[in-house]
Amino acid sequence: MNLKLRVWRQKGPEDKGRMVTYEVTDISPDASFLEMLDVLNERLILEGDEPIAFDHDCREGICGMCGMMINGVAHGPERATTTCQLHMRHFKDGDSIDIEPWRAAAFPVIKDLVVNRGAFDEIIQAGGYITAPTGTAPDAHATPIPKADADAAFEAATCIGCGACVAACPNGSSMLFTAAKVAHLGLMPQGQPERSSRVISMIEAQDEAGFGGCTNAGECTTVCPKGIPLNLIGRLNADYIKAVSGR
Amino acid sequence: MAIESIGFMHWTNSDGVPTVKFVAVDTSAPAGKAARQKAGPGRPAGARKPAVGRSSARSTVVLKIIMAVSGIVLVGFLFAHMAGNLKIFVGQESFDHYAHWLREIGEPALPPVWALWIMRVGLLVSVIAHIVSAAVLTVRARKARPVRYAHRPKVQGSYAARTMRWGGVIVFLFIIWHLLDMTTGTVHPEFDPAKPYANVISAFAPERWYVTAFYVLAILAIGFHLRHGIFSAVRTLGQQSARGERIAKTIALVLSVILVAGFLSVPFAVLTGLVS
Ligand code: HEM
Ligand code: FES
Repeated sequence: MNLKLRVWRQKGPEDKGRMVTYEVTDISPDASFLEMLDVLNERLILEGDEPIAFDHDCREGICGMCGMMINGVAHGPERATTTCQLHMRHFKDGDSIDIEPWRAAAFPVIKDLVVNRGAFDEIIQAGGYITAPTGTAPDAHATPIPKADADAAFEAATCIGCGACVAACPNGSSMLFTAAKVAHLGLMPQGQPERSSRVISMIEAQDEAGFGGCTNAGECTTVCPKGIPLNLIGRLNADYIKAVSGR
Repeated sequence: MAIESIGFMHWTNSDGVPTVKFVAVDTSAPAGKAARQKAGPGRPAGARKPAVGRSSARSTVVLKIIMAVSGIVLVGFLFAHMAGNLKIFVGQESFDHYAHWLREIGEPALPPVWALWIMRVGLLVSVIAHIVSAAVLTVRARKARPVRYAHRPKVQGSYAARTMRWGGVIVFLFIIWHLLDMTTGTVHPEFDPAKPYANVISAFAPERWYVTAFYVLAILAIGFHLRHGIFSAVRTLGQQSARGERIAKTIALVLSVILVAGFLSVPFAVLTGLVS
């Protein structure tokens, strides 16, 4: 396949940055999107140019490191698919593809397509934990958990924190991420002691980091590689209302 | 930079050569927006102060709750208003009597027009609360995405959800015009406070087609606003099941259609001579 790419190039946090056009040729339709960028990068290195910086780690859709806006859609055109798991066969020969980093004040660009997602760590530090006695691990069946709750908690826990929800949100809000974490812990018996303080602290950290407010537009769920459902945001809101009204 | 621990890491690659020798953990500056923006990429991983108990009165979620509650008050008003308007189809007497009755509600417990003013104050407070929180959240949303995407396809989610702000502004301008037209009569050519029925007929006179056009535009804007707004409000107030989501969206659509049809039926009837 031959493609025309327009890629955001930015030397560093202070650089203004610009879209740069590249032609890539002879790409296998079986290559992943990141492998396609690898091919381009190897050529750039051989030509003495700076390779395009992008985040990645597992390349199997579970770590949440990769992620970029591909033709304006977070993680590209395939539903429930991370960029690393997106294959070139979903594009057509001769396509032109625009690639940009996540855009959010809370996610400043470090270089090219790499953004600093440390703001998510701040949200987690504010409440994404449980208090548990350390020492030997308790028996797995010591605390019975209804199957339905375990499944729902697991669904929320599949959030890999990639930041696509923020990137897609018209308000630059991280509500889906925060809601997934709040639901994941709040559905488990171990998460109950901090249930109220957690939701208040995490929302506060989210506001402080400079994310916008949710308008329930649902763009986040549409691009989420793990399909985290929008209704978890309602769950967060319910927890929040309970917490501030002191019940 | 306060370096807390320096450790020897023994990660090896396939050649058995350690790839990372030292790891330094910086425990100095607290994390946070300012630190992140100043420090850029290599930002410190300091622990955050526990935030519990600090004021959350202006949190985005609280502002959304204010919008949802005030929005629902306004929806309730719109339904009452629409029901009153439809009395125009019963006849002039019924409509004029209704308009007059509005001024007498609460009598004799309250002096005349008091109840009306209490409702007006309630509505004004709701409108102000709604618009102020909308404005604050809009500013925050703009700040949250300072750099726009070069390539952004058309709306992926709902069109109604994407037009809440501009739709709201149209509705707001319309409310002001509408009060000047039908309540104070300031911009109305033949206003007579004693003859509400006649005022409605002349307001939608064919020569004032632009007024009617604006009216129709505003009602459609309200329809779109509520198509998303009613669902959004329920979600903001804690609706959380997938089934409930479908029900809430259906109810939002049905209520919006009823409101749009009810409000548009009046100018339609006047223009087609059904009422005159
Ligand atoms: C007849 C008058 C109005 C009614 C009945 C109404 C109703 C609502 C409702 C029910 C919501 C949902 C609240 C939520 O998301 O939780 C809402 C949201 C909103 N309204 Fe209104 N509204 C009205 C007028 C206005 C005006 C005049 C403005 C702005 C000037 C406005 C701007 C907004 C905005 C920006 C949102 C947030 C959108 C979102 O959260 O998705 N509204 N409105
Ligand atoms: S690289 Fe791990 S999810 Fe894509």
